[in-house]
Amino acid sequence: MNSVIFSTVSRFLVGLMLLFSLFLLWRGHNEPGGGFIGGLVAAAALIVHGLAEGPQVMRRLLRIDPRTLVLIGLLMAVVAGILPMLTGQAFLTGLWMFIGATATDQGLALGTPLIFDIGVYLVVVGGVAGMFITMEEEL
Amino acid sequence: MQIPVVSSGTALQFVTEWVPRLGVTLSFRLDGLALMYSLLISVIGLLVVVYSASYFSSHPDSGRLQCLLMLFMLSMLGLVSADNVIVLFVFWELTTVTSFLLVGFDHKNENARKSALQALLVTGGGGLALLLGLILLAQMAGTYQLSEIVQSEVALTEQPMYPVVLLLILLGAFTKSAQFPFHFWLPNAMAAPSPVSAYLHSATMVKAGIYLLMRLQPALGGSDLWFYVLTSVGAITLVWASLVALRQTDVKLMLAWTTVMALGTLTMFLGSDLRIAALAAVTFLLVHAFYKCALFLVIGNVDKRTGTRELPRLGGLFRTMPVTGVVAAAAAFSMAGFPPFLGFIGKELKYEGALAIAEEPWIIVIAAVAANAMMVGIALTIVIKIFFSGRLNSEKKPFEVPVAMWIGPLLLAVAGLTTGIFPELIARHIIEPATSNVLATPTDVKLSLWHGVNVPLMLSVLTVAIGVVVFLRLDQCRTRLNAIAEKLPTGDQYYQTTLNALYRAAAFFTQKMQTGSLSHYLTIVMTVFLLTVGGTLLVQGVSLDMSAVSPVHPLAGTVIVLMVLASLVVAISKSRLLSICALGVIGSGIALLFLIFGAIDVAITQLMVETLFVVLIAVVLLRLPRFPGNAHPGKGGDIRDAVISVGVGVVVGLVTLGVALTQPDLSITEYFAQNSLTKAYGANIVNVILVDFRALDTLGEVAVVATAAMAVVALLKVKPRSEDNAS
Repeated sequence: MNSVIFSTVSRFLVGLMLLFSLFLLWRGHNEPGGGFIGGLVAAAALIVHGLAEGPQVMRRLLRIDPRTLVLIGLLMAVVAGILPMLTGQAFLTGLWMFIGATATDQGLALGTPLIFDIGVYLVVVGGVAGMFITMEEEL
Repeated sequence: MQIPVVSSGTALQFVTEWVPRLGVTLSFRLDGLALMYSLLISVIGLLVVVYSASYFSSHPDSGRLQCLLMLFMLSMLGLVSADNVIVLFVFWELTTVTSFLLVGFDHKNENARKSALQALLVTGGGGLALLLGLILLAQMAGTYQLSEIVQSEVALTEQPMYPVVLLLILLGAFTKSAQFPFHFWLPNAMAAPSPVSAYLHSATMVKAGIYLLMRLQPALGGSDLWFYVLTSVGAITLVWASLVALRQTDVKLMLAWTTVMALGTLTMFLGSDLRIAALAAVTFLLVHAFYKCALFLVIGNVDKRTGTRELPRLGGLFRTMPVTGVVAAAAAFSMAGFPPFLGFIGKELKYEGALAIAEEPWIIVIAAVAANAMMVGIALTIVIKIFFSGRLNSEKKPFEVPVAMWIGPLLLAVAGLTTGIFPELIARHIIEPATSNVLATPTDVKLSLWHGVNVPLMLSVLTVAIGVVVFLRLDQCRTRLNAIAEKLPTGDQYYQTTLNALYRAAAFFTQKMQTGSLSHYLTIVMTVFLLTVGGTLLVQGVSLDMSAVSPVHPLAGTVIVLMVLASLVVAISKSRLLSICALGVIGSGIALLFLIFGAIDVAITQLMVETLFVVLIAVVLLRLPRFPGNAHPGKGGDIRDAVISVGVGVVVGLVTLGVALTQPDLSITEYFAQNSLTKAYGANIVNVILVDFRALDTLGEVAVVATAAMAVVALLKVKPRSEDNAS
């Protein structure tokens, strides 16, 4: 799509949308958002870029092949499931640690569900982006 | 080591749960009958494995054969020791599959492949009937455990379903044990290597059907139907196979047909519930396993050393292969039923049994005598024609086979001899408990070589006399039989006709169903859905309590009207871009509805998915060529499509409404709401469900997304064939 306006706007949009997608991913556990939604937003950002600049540029922006991204995501989700098994708990049980916890405040909660959610995010981004790039390149 | 325990009447059991909700337990039970079979399977299996290691020593796929033999042995052992009907069926099918691989071992040979497929289809088809029969039987008896079915209090033979169950189970047993008219696969399966034939087609697998009959006789036997079907099918198989066996010039085929004959004999005797008949069947089973396996291995040796199995070309081998010759003679004499071999005892018992069953019709006695006379003739042929008279017509110079290849048959032949001289060796510990299981009552067995001068002995003398005549006149017999046989249809022809009809039907349905047109597929799927779900609703009647429905939310109402308009646009529009955008409107409308009712996460997801969907669909559709002329269904098609889609819409709407009107069980929702923050440290329940409570579901969904993406990429990378040719 050879549109100067779209191309210019897309450069601003992409960065903002990617940031927003990370924000959605991060806050998902407590407020609307999460890995799936975040991944979709990120994929939308990449597609906007791809529509404006073409699939080659999109590949360069991604750096990693989308298929690899999908596999990394799946692997992270599985690893998040296996980690609790090492401590003798069931597959996919949440393991948590609390950074800076006080008596009244639980502090920053980090756990395996976050790893799992990031995995979901990567699978969705990689999957949608991969489909789009291939369609652009092959059709 | 547990043989004395089992033979004294107690059964060893091993039980573990498998699918408890369906009543399927992995239960195994070793009683007298199972013990006899297990011993046959493992001992003969061992000998065959030793033999084939040497037989195939220079074959590149020797390892594969050994592995398959072991797998087969395992399946057979499972089959005979299974106590649950479903477990029995699973092992039954495993033997079918492993035998398919074994018969087709020489997979570069088209004939071997064809025979393997035939054996698979015939026995597998019977297996399906068997499964149905076993399930019905279990329903009738109220238990899936064989040991309980056999002792069932319910009079199974008086149930209304009894004939159906019996015929289904017999279909399974008859196909497996090569009974007329399903016998044709067994001689064809001789495409298998000799050790495989020795193991599968003489000693074990083909006796699986017999095993089933023996096992179920206490439960299903004793009725007129059982008696007439088994004795008549057995007798027909027996006579037919013995006549065809005489026709053969290939020794291995000759043996195969005598195996069919032996199986017919066993079936015939199992038809009766007399003690002597059961005893005859059990003893003959052992006798046959000993001599037939030995003979197959001997023929393997002959084939290996001379390169031929044709009777006219074989002769005078005793000078070059003396050990094989002695083994062949010993095994063949047992087959002919000469004293003092076990075969003699088996034959006397058979005559005694036949006389006992056939008080009025002498057909059974005549069939038994005739078949045994043929066996005498064939046994003499094998020994004298191959080893003593005539001379070899072959380029190869035969010499004796290595120890590993004669020790197995030798041991089997020796077993036939020693158990013949000292029958008490097996009478008490093997035959008695097995017979007791067949009869389901403890029975006392005493075997002896000499019965005194009685009717069976007279019949034996008659048998030998006829056998010698058959042997001397073999060539004339063969010419006569060939002349008759040419006029008769063979099982092979029926098989081929059925198979061709099946292929044609499959091709017909494939062409009708798999047109490659997406709209055609959708029409079929939607019509089926409409007929099944909508039909059910029509039959059952729909009653919806509309009083619980809240008034329509004004905002939601507006959105719904928009969505309805958009869907009309999708259906009517001729422009793709317009259709896609209208589809987007519908999707966004759904997202809005979610938002209005407070499901923010779902709304965001729906909105994102919808956006990406429109973009991706636009990328694809806008680059496709214009609709080809035949894609449009025409005016009649339009109306048909409209009817189907409106119908599906109404049905889905009704079902959804019905679901929404039922009072849902909120306990799970409450559990999530209460524990989301305390146990999973998250305030957003939707996300907590996704990544913690129901993370396994999500993992599955993510895997689906990944697979779908990979599939899309892979499909798009495939170039059409024509392009390849052009470039």
